[in-house]
Amino acid sequence: MKITPETVHHVADLARLSLGEDEVVNLTSEMDLILAYVEKLNQLDTAGITPTAHAVPLENAFRDDLASPSLGAEKALHNAPDSAEGCFRVPKVIE
Amino acid sequence: MELTALTIHEMRKHLAAGDVSAAELTDAFLRRIHELDGRINAFIRITENQAREAAERADRRLREGKAAPLTGIPLALKDIFVTEGIETTCASNILKGFVPPYDGTAVARLREQDAVFLGKLNMDEFAMGSSNENSAFGPVKNPWDPNRVAGGSSGGSAAAVAAHMAAGTLGTDTGGSIRQPASHCGVVGLKPTYGRVSRYGVIAYASSLDQVGPLARDVEDCALLLQAIAGFDARDATSVDLPVADYPATLKNGVKSLRIGRPKEYFITGLDADVAAAINAALEVYAGLGAEIVDISLPHTDYAVACYYLIATAEASSNLARFEGVRFGQRVDRGDGLLEMYRNTRAQGFGAEVKRRIMLGTFALSSGYYDAYYLKAQKVRTLIREDFTAAFGQVDVILTPVAPTPAFSLGEKIDNPLQMYLSDIFTIPVNLAGTCALSLPCGFSAGGLPIGMQLIGKPFAEETILRTAYAFEAATATAERPPLPSAEPAVP
Repeated sequence: MKITPETVHHVADLARLSLGEDEVVNLTSEMDLILAYVEKLNQLDTAGITPTAHAVPLENAFRDDLASPSLGAEKALHNAPDSAEGCFRVPKVIE
Repeated sequence: MELTALTIHEMRKHLAAGDVSAAELTDAFLRRIHELDGRINAFIRITENQAREAAERADRRLREGKAAPLTGIPLALKDIFVTEGIETTCASNILKGFVPPYDGTAVARLREQDAVFLGKLNMDEFAMGSSNENSAFGPVKNPWDPNRVAGGSSGGSAAAVAAHMAAGTLGTDTGGSIRQPASHCGVVGLKPTYGRVSRYGVIAYASSLDQVGPLARDVEDCALLLQAIAGFDARDATSVDLPVADYPATLKNGVKSLRIGRPKEYFITGLDADVAAAINAALEVYAGLGAEIVDISLPHTDYAVACYYLIATAEASSNLARFEGVRFGQRVDRGDGLLEMYRNTRAQGFGAEVKRRIMLGTFALSSGYYDAYYLKAQKVRTLIREDFTAAFGQVDVILTPVAPTPAFSLGEKIDNPLQMYLSDIFTIPVNLAGTCALSLPCGFSAGGLPIGMQLIGKPFAEETILRTAYAFEAATATAERPPLPSAEPAVP
């Protein structure tokens, strides 16, 4: 799988990252190199192997559905770059 | 009595006897930090006032006879631990100014004991790195040689302990980030089994790999720190509800008849000669103590780095999606809409290595590539885990090097990401398998740099690796060691 600048632009868009021209050039070659290295995983036959998503065999780590005190709006807004009327304020989401 | 040279267990005796107060200890460490840290850069933030207040509370508690094991002990925390009211940055520009409204669980458990926090420690940005050169606050210098890296990502945590600027520290380990800097700085570092210590309040890098652990000057201190933070936490859904052993109590149980595995795949031709010699010498020490050395194989070792750099980056790309300038941290809004706010905030806020890993992870998870990369890596992860399960059928502990070389020079690998990644070859498999391991100083290179050995245990067998480490420490206590840098002020 060859990484091209087009691939990098597409992935950057998915990752919500804006990249400078130099960054695109560097990332294209770096990603290409690293992904070429990880190709070695294809040397292994993994047919029928269950993927490990999780290090420990835990399932359904639920708690009782009981309301309990949480952080509160004031603390939650404390680090907001911009807030108003008890909400986080951001640029217009819907045109 | 040089107060900053005391271990935690020594401090406890003196505090209990009343020879020294928590205030005096705190004072001594703060002075040493001011004298030394200018040239090591282990601390991002020194919390002097809070430390003195905590020491006062500790002294009151000591006078009342209500001390806990870590009451009054001066510690420091990697800046990945969320601390209430104290700026927490993860060594990233994107979190500059972020003041958490709560303490994470590990932090809270130490605070409950009235331990003293001296400050927040430098690290690789968002825990991504093996050298502590990826910090928005500059690199951490190795206390043994300021031209060399301290290791990463918990470089500040390791350097602070090595330079006696904290009695013990907490770090995190996702691919070796406690063990490798511990090895490079000549201190003890432990990565518990995944799920042993709560990750609540730890800024996430790779959620299926991250673990919290202690760094300290000796094994007993590590055991004390682990004891304080280990255990189930309802706020961490990946926390495992298993009883916590009494780690300090079993340290002296020895290694008679212990089966120690020597995996052939870790003794590769690229291994530095001094490292190989130190590890082989350590095996001899254990044989002398009555342990049985067994040759074993961990056949999928060579695939671990590739596997890790797909899984960890994929998980990181998801975890770091929360840094978008909406709710906390820096925001870059040029008035051209929401998407541009996200893109510019992240472009400006993240360093190069973080961006690189987000890009790799996003790619590995993207439509059309998910099966070939991420899913494939998860299957290989199963094979690596099974290697360890099989090995632990034959042995109790596995002994390996921690890093292929001693600490490398600043700038040596920073332009070659793949080279940097490959230096994690010995530590990464443990995170993929989810089990526990520690790094213990076992020698020095010809150039006087520390070398650590890794002891890997079965899941939830921290007790076993701690006593195995303790036995080595006790047996080699009289070995010659170069002196640590003294507390003289830096010459301008």
